[in-house]
Amino acid sequence: MDIFFQQVINGLVQGSIYALVALGYTMVYGIMGLINFAHGEVVMIGTLVAIAVTSSLIGAGVPVAVAGLGGLAAALLVCMALGWSLERVAYRPLRGSPRLTPLITAIGMSIILQNLAMIIWGRNYLTFPPLLPKINYEFAGAHFTLVQVAIVLISAAAMSGLVFLVYRTRLGMAMRATAQNPAVASLMGVNINRVIAAAFVVGSALAAVAGVMVGSYYEIAHYQMGFMLGLKAFTAAVLGGIGNLAGAMAGGVLLGLIEALGAGYIGDLSGGFLGSHYQDIFAFIVLIVVLMFKPSGLFGEKTGERA
Amino acid sequence: MIGEVLLAAQGIAKHFGGVKALQDVSLTIRRGEVYGLIGPNGAGKTTFFNCMTGLYVADGGSFQFAGARLAAHAPEQVARCGIARTFQNIRLFGNMTALENVMIGRHVRTKAGVVGAMLQTRATRDEEAAIRQRAVELLHYVRIEDRADDLAKNLSYGDQRRLEIARALATEPKLLCLDEPAAGMNATETAELRELIDGIRQDGTTILLIEHDVKLVMGLCDRVAVLDYGKLIIEDVPAVVQKDQRVIEAYLGA
Repeated sequence: MDIFFQQVINGLVQGSIYALVALGYTMVYGIMGLINFAHGEVVMIGTLVAIAVTSSLIGAGVPVAVAGLGGLAAALLVCMALGWSLERVAYRPLRGSPRLTPLITAIGMSIILQNLAMIIWGRNYLTFPPLLPKINYEFAGAHFTLVQVAIVLISAAAMSGLVFLVYRTRLGMAMRATAQNPAVASLMGVNINRVIAAAFVVGSALAAVAGVMVGSYYEIAHYQMGFMLGLKAFTAAVLGGIGNLAGAMAGGVLLGLIEALGAGYIGDLSGGFLGSHYQDIFAFIVLIVVLMFKPSGLFGEKTGERA
Repeated sequence: MIGEVLLAAQGIAKHFGGVKALQDVSLTIRRGEVYGLIGPNGAGKTTFFNCMTGLYVADGGSFQFAGARLAAHAPEQVARCGIARTFQNIRLFGNMTALENVMIGRHVRTKAGVVGAMLQTRATRDEEAAIRQRAVELLHYVRIEDRADDLAKNLSYGDQRRLEIARALATEPKLLCLDEPAAGMNATETAELRELIDGIRQDGTTILLIEHDVKLVMGLCDRVAVLDYGKLIIEDVPAVVQKDQRVIEAYLGA
């Protein structure tokens, strides 16, 4: 049973990161029916900016905690600006064009961002300075660290903030109205362009938080790290029902758990033939199964008619 | 009560491919009146609405509203000028509550931005409280306040129509456009609707009414215009319109 609890804890931690990133995919999809495949790259930029700022602050003698907050703040600012620009440059000019067109620019933006990061930060793996002291806890035979606790708590806080924004504020109401019927929402005075820009900015802020968490969890970063993370977060969003906020959160956590448990038991299940480094296949098995049997996802609704 | 010109449409034209949905339609609506726009199915009534509210761009002609040219580049600007509408096929935000639907209508008259929403400044919270307050009042006005927290899609058909009117009123329109508000209503509901529209007029809002229910139109409207195959055939008081030969032919077939 030890391995079970251990993997549940690992899965929850990884899953809360997926959930934060998945929210970015699902918000944009919910409002404009677009899959922003460059979203994983926003996370990557967040991690790399946080490394650059945190390391140089620590190098300048700033206390680690302050340097970490400085890195987070910088990642937030850069990612929000990046999300806003992505929408402005890559998607807004294509509003109203066939669905495949913005998908292609999304992939294009993703390649551009990867290469930009490679030019700035190089091809090598970068180490993320440890932000929190390495404290270990033990519960029911499973071990976990302070960083893992912090990741789960911060994710929960960020998601609560998002739920508050979407369900309790005027902006959130405008977002939900736009998602349901953009034409009618604009007749009510909702500025659709601002709502869409806000969805990108808010999603990118969550991506920045996720980026810092991924960085401090694995203590390592790379210009290509956004690709796989983005793909898995997308899978999580599809699993939960793309366009649905609760779905993205549940899908993220669920995918994290599936992956962790899969990785924990794959060796036993395959008689030692496959090792835990095959954990990535679970995300894609999930994606394929969901697309085959329940494309609308766990929380997904039938898409209603539009104006 | 009935005063100066509020809306003047001049030579409005709209075509879809080869179909001339509207040809040279000119009409004037005066402040304080209930103005009826009628015509057989496919005559272009809703197309006229859509051109006016910025959902379509007219191919010719212009609208003057409250003394200024209505240069609609986006529907939200039309809403800001003071034109609000309901839809023939109800278009509520089904997955939002009745109250939230009305609160959305307040968007036009309020301004708290993205930053305020994230920081929850005092001004933002005060404004949101005021929006909620006004929305509750409007639900009361159309008499569905007891359904405030129900999802719009779960309301009865008649209540959904009322909710659409409340949502449109939330934008504080000078001109309220109702696109077939009585469609699908039974006699009792229609009578209640008539009362409601009368009340809105008495409270000072000008109303443009598209309707099939001729009895309702003739009983409620100060003036009526008739569209047929995209052309305006007459604009006059109900008593005259009712007896006009062209109108009778349009409805019964020549």
